[in-house]
Amino acid sequence: MIALIALVPLLGAMLPPIVIRSGRDRCTAVTAVVSLVSLAVLLAQVPAVFSGEPVRTSVEWVPALGLSFSFFLDGLGLLFAGLILGIGLLITLYARFYLGRDEKVGRFFAYLLLFQGAMLGIVTSDNILLLVVFWELTSLSSFLLIGWWSHTPEGRQGARMALVVTGGGGLLLIGGMLLLGQAAGSYELTTILARGEVVRGSPLYLPILLLVLGAAFTKSAQFPFHFWLPHAMAAPTPVSAYLHSATMVKAGVFLLARLWPVLSGTETWFLVVTGTGLITMLIAAWIALFKTDLKAILAYSTVSHLGLMTMLLGFGTPYAVTACVFHVINHATFKAALFMSAGIVDHEAGTRDIRKLGGLRRLMPVSATLALIASASMAGIPLFNGFLSKEMMLEAAAHTALVPSLATLGALLSVAYSVRFALGVYLGPVRDDYPHRPHDPPAGMWLPVAVLAFLVLAIGVAPQLLAGGIVALAGQASAGPVPIPEVHLSIWHGVTPALVMSAAALVGGLLLLAVFGPLERVREKTFRPEAKAMFDAVVAGAVAACRRGIGPMHADSLPRWLAAISATIVVVGATAFFTATYAPGTRDLLPVEFLGVVAWVLLAAACGAVVVLHGHRVLTLILTSVVGLVVSLAFLQFSAPDLALTQISVEVVTTILMLLALNLLPKLTPPEHAPLRRLRDGGIAAAIGLGAAGLAYAVMTRDFTTISDYHVTQAKPGGGGTNVVNVILVDFRGFDTFGEIIVLCIAALAVVALLDSALRGAAARRLDAVRQGLESADAHPLVLVIATRVLLPLALAVGAYIFLRGHNEPGGGFIAGLVVAIAIIMQAMASGYAWAASRFRVDAHALLGAGVLAAGVTGLGAVLLGRPFLTSWHGHFHLPLIGDVELASAMAFDAGVFLAVVGTVLLSLAQISRVEARAEHRPVPEGPLDIKFGRRQTTPTGAPLTTARVDAAKES
Amino acid sequence: MELLVASGIGLLTAVGVYLVLRRHSFPVIVGTVFLSYAVNLFLFAMGRLTVDRPPIVDPAAAGYTDPLPQALVLTAIVISFGMTALIVVLALRGFLESGDDRVDRTAPKEDRTAAGRDDDVVFP
Repeated sequence: MIALIALVPLLGAMLPPIVIRSGRDRCTAVTAVVSLVSLAVLLAQVPAVFSGEPVRTSVEWVPALGLSFSFFLDGLGLLFAGLILGIGLLITLYARFYLGRDEKVGRFFAYLLLFQGAMLGIVTSDNILLLVVFWELTSLSSFLLIGWWSHTPEGRQGARMALVVTGGGGLLLIGGMLLLGQAAGSYELTTILARGEVVRGSPLYLPILLLVLGAAFTKSAQFPFHFWLPHAMAAPTPVSAYLHSATMVKAGVFLLARLWPVLSGTETWFLVVTGTGLITMLIAAWIALFKTDLKAILAYSTVSHLGLMTMLLGFGTPYAVTACVFHVINHATFKAALFMSAGIVDHEAGTRDIRKLGGLRRLMPVSATLALIASASMAGIPLFNGFLSKEMMLEAAAHTALVPSLATLGALLSVAYSVRFALGVYLGPVRDDYPHRPHDPPAGMWLPVAVLAFLVLAIGVAPQLLAGGIVALAGQASAGPVPIPEVHLSIWHGVTPALVMSAAALVGGLLLLAVFGPLERVREKTFRPEAKAMFDAVVAGAVAACRRGIGPMHADSLPRWLAAISATIVVVGATAFFTATYAPGTRDLLPVEFLGVVAWVLLAAACGAVVVLHGHRVLTLILTSVVGLVVSLAFLQFSAPDLALTQISVEVVTTILMLLALNLLPKLTPPEHAPLRRLRDGGIAAAIGLGAAGLAYAVMTRDFTTISDYHVTQAKPGGGGTNVVNVILVDFRGFDTFGEIIVLCIAALAVVALLDSALRGAAARRLDAVRQGLESADAHPLVLVIATRVLLPLALAVGAYIFLRGHNEPGGGFIAGLVVAIAIIMQAMASGYAWAASRFRVDAHALLGAGVLAAGVTGLGAVLLGRPFLTSWHGHFHLPLIGDVELASAMAFDAGVFLAVVGTVLLSLAQISRVEARAEHRPVPEGPLDIKFGRRQTTPTGAPLTTARVDAAKES
Repeated sequence: MELLVASGIGLLTAVGVYLVLRRHSFPVIVGTVFLSYAVNLFLFAMGRLTVDRPPIVDPAAAGYTDPLPQALVLTAIVISFGMTALIVVLALRGFLESGDDRVDRTAPKEDRTAAGRDDDVVFP
C-alpha cells in the first residue's frame, strides 16, 4: 500500500501530457488529483505511524543483489512526504497561473510529478539501493525542471551544473550505500538502523561516512558544493520554490537525518558535519546579504538555512535533531512562500532586482503582507515559526564550544538579509519607474502563498498544538534508539541563553544593515572567488584531458583500430600458445587427393593474386569468386551438399551485389605508398593466418564426441525428414533460424534506409554529377536477354524443386530462396532494372514481412495446440497425381525462410539498382530494352521516359 | 587432406586480415568476405572432415558426418550475405555522401562543430 505513495505520482506523470489537450485547467486538476491520491494514501497511514506500528511493504526485486522493492513509513518519512505533497499541491496551483500562455504545461506537470514521485521514493524507501535509484531519479528529473527554459543559456548551464554536482553526489551515494550494506549485513534500512554500533565499529565506517556525506552535501548544496543552487535559479519560479524549499535540497538533510542513528556520534561526524554546516551557514548568509536579485538572495538564504540544519545534525544530540526536524517544517513553509512571492513580484513588476523595487506594500497589499509575514519568519522574529526553531538551534548550539558565537553571527546575518529583502521590495516609498505597473496577481497565485503564510503564523503562535506531535514523532524516528527529550514547543521559555543570543542577533542584524553602504563598498574591493568560473574551468579541463586521453585511442581511422585489435589477438593467442603444452593429434588423417591439391593451388593462387592486385577492383571480385568456388567444392567434397549449394548461390548473389556497388564506386584503389605499414599489416595477417591454420589443424587431427547423434536418430521419427541439416534448421534449432531470418530482414531494411535517403541531399547531388564513363554500347545484349527469359521458368522450377525436396534431400528454404532470387535478378541484369521492376510487381518489403509472419505463425500454431513454440508436426498424405507426400509443419516454417531470403536479396539489390537508375541520365525506354522491334522504340505518347518518370511510376 | 584444409583456412584468414587493414572501403569489404570464408570453413572443420557420408538418413549409409556444424554454417553463410550487403551499402552511401571512400580519416572539422552551441561545452 505505501509503495503507492511514490508510485502514484511516478505513474501519474504520464497523465498531464495526455490531458493537456482538453485545456490547462483540467491538466492542472489532473496533476492535483494525482498528488491528492498519493496524499490520501499517506494520510491513511497516519494513525498507524503515530501508534508506532511498523508500516512496511516489500517485494523481492533482485534478491541476489540485496535489492528489494521495499518501502516503510515512520515519523521522519511521514513529515517529509507530507511536506513534499502539500507544498507540491500549492506549487501546482501556483504554476498554473505562473507559466505563460505558450509554455508546454502538460510536459511541465509531467516533470513535476516525476520529480515528486522520486522525492517520495527517497523518503519512503526501506531498501537503501532503492533509495539510491530514487535519488538518481531526482537528479535527472530536477535537471529537466531546472533546464525548463532550455532556450536560455542560463537555463541550460544551470541545469547541467546541477546535474553534474548532484549526479556526482549520486555516484558517491552508490558507493556509500554498497559499503554500508556490506558493513551492516543488510540493505534494508530498518535493519541497518538497528545496527548502528556494528557500522560505527566497522573498518568501513570512515569511507561510508565520507561517501554518504559527499552525497548529502552535494544534494543539499553544502560548502564547497553550494554553487550549483544559485545557478539553478534559472528555473521557472515554481520549480525554484518547490526544489529549494521542501524537496530536492532537503533530500541531503533527509539522508543525514535518516542515517543519523547509524553514522552520528563519532568525532569525525561532529567535526565534518558541524564544521561544514557552520561554514555554509555563514558564507551563504554573508553572500545573500549583498545579492540584488530576489531569487539569488533567497537561494543563498536557502543554502545558509541548509547549513544550519546540517550543523544541527552534526551536534549529535537528540535535542539538536529535533530542532533540525522542526526547522525543516518551518523553513519549507516560509521559504516556499518567499520564492512564490518573488515570482509574483517578477511577474507583476517585471523585475527581480531589489534596487529597482520598493514600496510594493501599497501597490500589491495582499501579496506584500504575505511576503512580509514569511520574511519575518526568515529573520526569526517572535510569533513567527522561524523564531521557534532558531531558538532551538541557538539553545542546541549553546551547549557546544565555540559554536555559540558563530551561530549567533549566522542568525544576525539572517536578520540582516531578511530585513533588507523586506525593506527593499515591499516597504519604502512607492516608485514610478517599475518596468510594469505592479498590482496584486490573480488569486490563484497568492492563495498558495496565503496558505503557507497562515501556517507560518499559526505554528508561530501555537507551535505545540500544531507541530508538537509530528516534530516529536519525526525527531524520535530520526534519533532512532536514543530517546529524545520531551518536546514542548512554546514561544516563551524564560530568559535563556538562546533568548539573549536571539536578541543580540536581532539588534546586530539591524546595526549591520545600518552600515550596509560602506560594507558593500569594502566587499566590492575585496577578492571574491567566482564558483562558476572555477566549475567551468574544471569541466573544460576534464573535457580536454579526456580528449587527450581518448583521442589517440579513438582515432577516426578504421585501419588503426583494426590493427590494434588484430595485434591484440596475436599477442593473446601467442601468449596462450607459448604458455601451454601440446602434442600432435592422433586421429587418422584423410589421404591427399590430386583434385584436392589442384583446388588448393587454385585457392592459393587466387589469394596471392588478390593481395597483389587488389587495386583492380573488378579483377579482385573475379578472384574472390574463384575462392568462393573452391570453398563450395570443399563443402561438397567433405559431405556437406547443403553447404555447397548455399555457398555457390550466395557467391552469385554477392558478386552481383558487389558489381552493382562497383558501378558507382571508383574502379581502382589507389596504391598505398607505405612499405612499412604494409609490412606491419602483412606481419599481423601472417601471424593470425598461421594461428588459424594451426588451430584448425590441431582440432582436425583430434577425435571428439559429437552431440548430434540425437539429431541423426530423431530426424526421421521426430522431424519427419531425412536431410538432417534441414531438419535441424527448421525443427531442432528452429528458434535459432527464426532469429536469423529476422536478422536478415533487419539487414535488408537497413539497406533500404541507407539508400532511400541517398536520393536526397549531398549524396543525391553527387549521384547527379556521376557521368557514366565507359558504357557498353550494347548494355543489354540480345543473347543475354533471350537466354535469361527462357531460363526464368526453368530457374523458378528448380527453386520450387529444391524447396520441396529440402526436407529429405539437400536443399531447403535458404537455398531455394537464393536460387529464385538469382532467377529474378538475372532478368534485371539482362533487361534493365526498370524493365524487371515493372514486371515483377511484388513488393519485397511484403515478402520480408510474409516470411517472418509465416515462420512465426507456424511456431505459434504449436503453441495453440499446447506444445512449445515451433514444435513440428508431420504426416503422410495421398495427393492425386503426385502420390504419397509427406507434409510437415516444418515446411511452412521453411516457406517463411524462403520468403525472407528472397525478400532480403531482392530488396538489397533493388535498392542499389534504384540508386543507379538515378545516376543513369539516359532516358529509360519502355518495352523490351534495346531489342529493336522497329515500331516500339518510343513510349505510347511518343516521348522518351525519363528516369524521373520511371521513379514516379514505381512510386505509384 | 586436413593439412590442405587447415592451410587453406590460414591463407584465407591472412588475406582477409591484410585486406581489412587497407585504407579504402572496397578492399575492406573484400577482406570481410575472405574472413567469412575462413570462419565458415573453420566452423565446418570443427565437425572434422569426412568423405562421402552426407547427413542424409539412409538405411544403406555406412555412417554420417556431424550435421550440427553444417546447420550452423549454413545460416552463417546466408547471414554473411546480409552483412556484406549492409557494409557494401554503407560504403556506397559513405562514398556518395563524402565523395571519398577512405576509411582512415574523418569528415572535415567544420561539419562537426557547426552542431554545437557557442555557450555549451562541445563534446566531440
